[in-house]
Amino acid sequence: MTDWARTWHLLPYFLSVLWSGTIMTVIVTVGGFVASILLGVLFAALRTGSSRLLNALAHAYVEIFRAVPVLTQLFIIYFGLGAIGIRLSPIPAAVIGFGLNGGAYLTEVFRAGIDAVNKGQTEAALSIGMTKLMALGYIVLPQAIRIVLPSIANFAIGLLKDTSLASAVAAPELSFNAHMLVDETFLSTQIYLLVAGFYLAMSLPLSAVVRMLERRARRSQRA
Amino acid sequence: MRIEGLHKRYGPLHVLKGIDLDVTAGEKVSIIGPSGSGKTTLLRCVNYIERPTEGHIYVNGHLVGQKQGDRGFADIDGGALARQRAEIGMVFQRFNLFPHLTVSQNVEIGPVKVLKISRAEARDRSRELLNKVGLASKRDAYPEMLSGGQQQRVAIARALAMEPKLMLFDEATSALDPELVGEVLNVMAQLAADGMTMIIVTHEMQFAEDVSDRVIFMDQGQVVEQGPPSHVFHTPHHARTQAFLSAVLRKRQPR
Amino acid sequence: MSAHFLGLLGDWMPQLLVAAGQTLKMAALAYALGAMLGFVIALGELFGGRWIFWLCRVYVEFIRATPTLTQLFLIYFGLPAIGVVLPGFWAAVIALGAHYAAYMAEVYRSGISAVDRGQHEAAQAIGMTRAQTMLHIILPQAVRVILPPMTNFGISLLKDTSVASLIAAPELMMRANDLTSEYYMPMQLYLVTGVMYFVMSYPLSTGMRYLERRAGRSRPVLLEPI
Repeated sequence: MTDWARTWHLLPYFLSVLWSGTIMTVIVTVGGFVASILLGVLFAALRTGSSRLLNALAHAYVEIFRAVPVLTQLFIIYFGLGAIGIRLSPIPAAVIGFGLNGGAYLTEVFRAGIDAVNKGQTEAALSIGMTKLMALGYIVLPQAIRIVLPSIANFAIGLLKDTSLASAVAAPELSFNAHMLVDETFLSTQIYLLVAGFYLAMSLPLSAVVRMLERRARRSQRA
Repeated sequence: MRIEGLHKRYGPLHVLKGIDLDVTAGEKVSIIGPSGSGKTTLLRCVNYIERPTEGHIYVNGHLVGQKQGDRGFADIDGGALARQRAEIGMVFQRFNLFPHLTVSQNVEIGPVKVLKISRAEARDRSRELLNKVGLASKRDAYPEMLSGGQQQRVAIARALAMEPKLMLFDEATSALDPELVGEVLNVMAQLAADGMTMIIVTHEMQFAEDVSDRVIFMDQGQVVEQGPPSHVFHTPHHARTQAFLSAVLRKRQPR
Repeated sequence: MSAHFLGLLGDWMPQLLVAAGQTLKMAALAYALGAMLGFVIALGELFGGRWIFWLCRVYVEFIRATPTLTQLFLIYFGLPAIGVVLPGFWAAVIALGAHYAAYMAEVYRSGISAVDRGQHEAAQAIGMTRAQTMLHIILPQAVRVILPPMTNFGISLLKDTSVASLIAAPELMMRANDLTSEYYMPMQLYLVTGVMYFVMSYPLSTGMRYLERRAGRSRPVLLEPI
């Protein structure tokens, strides 16, 4: 039987394995995304705040986590911590890793958004008696997020693809399951094409959302 | 309000060169002068949006932005400063309404989040104030849907919602189209009649003359001349005052 | 740091440095490939006929919608099926180059279209051909817009070479994995590896930001291929 015929024969099996991998991929993506947003907002607030020490710490965090590959960060968290006694299972390790890495990226995105908000907004907020923190939380951040929404959506798509690296720490997501199938059947081309199809099915709709957000942002800029 | 020996420097640029000023409760003071004279900077120092390089400001007897310790003066922390600012209202040239909030939310957010009063009470307050400035029908609109004059009136309501002891107006009508200036000036005049203490930086000379108890002319970071409107506008002593007024009068439209 | 650890570092560093060199070589080759291929794709999208345009668009959308890892595996495991057997290093260079070509093509295109319409018209008005317009007027201005994302790609590409470790291509992460299985000290080894990546990319990003400020463009650089 040719490879392609074999693939066709085994397709239901492949699809079910890849589907459960997809669920995991979504879980890791969502977990990593939430963690990244939280860290991104936190460190962006530190970066735009008045404490020079916290600003420097946030700056260091961003520079370090953006200069080192995600894969290395994942290995440090999964294998490195494991060797010194902190054993994390693959999914939590992946979520933490992507969260820390993504948080550094989003810090800069949020910072740009915060800087883009008119200074007068902060002054008005301060003038009615808000503290700087209140001004940030109630007035500046809501506007900043609106400005950078397309970038955040783009980041989400990138994160979705990056979760494929979680396969290297044995997280049972899409790419990992694909490797397993390849090890079993040696139908590498076919299976990786299928995998590409799954990723396409996930990211193309997201890209459409991003394009819509970008159109909306361009329209409101012109208004 | 009292200002003592106020200096403000931006690096080598000496913007305020020793200002002393007293404003009594209920007094309306207008500050006029050419651009670059430091009048906006002066105003922004009163609620510590700009930090003075030297000098002190007192509102209601309390030192603004600083505290006096054994070793001299130190800046107060953010929370205390915010509380002081709640007692001083400011209206900006570019309105600075919060675009992601409706008109009523703009007015209510201060009382709710800063003064911690109940939402219901805040809503009553915003209803009353928006009524007063003539924008009750626009409660649920977003700022971008309003004209400049309407936005500025909302901004005044927003400042008044905090029940300030003192209102600062930073060229409140300078960014407005001419036909919209009147509606804002009317609100300000009403506020003056109600007894609010007001410091108004403005280019609207007729308004300043009509509404003020005292007019201050500033030039190059100093108070050049001050006195009742009739004095400053019609019989100014200093040459610089005269020069400024004649330049302004030449540009003014015939009444 | 204990003397023991310093001794270990002494064992590791020569190998890690060689591997870092391989990483840099891989990144440089992939970057060159990507830049050239990306240029071809951009030209195809701008000047090619309908079929070429759609071919390029399908290519770019495919690359942008799938993980680098999957693309790498397709090239490394898939090509042998049609008779092309590549060693890991070169499969990685091709996969990474092909990946970044898609993003670079988009950047080239937006850089060129960012140049004001009026420039084309002015050039035409003084009688320049399309080719001359491109060469002397449009491209020099487009370069200013293109430069920041292109330098960002360089930094990203450097980090992405780590993915090649998963097909056992010779680069830094691969060497770190080997040393880990030999010495079984993953924390120390991967931390040292992280430091080495930092040392390679931080000067690059700082230099890039300095150049950007010199060129007067301080727009926040958010164009990264992910």
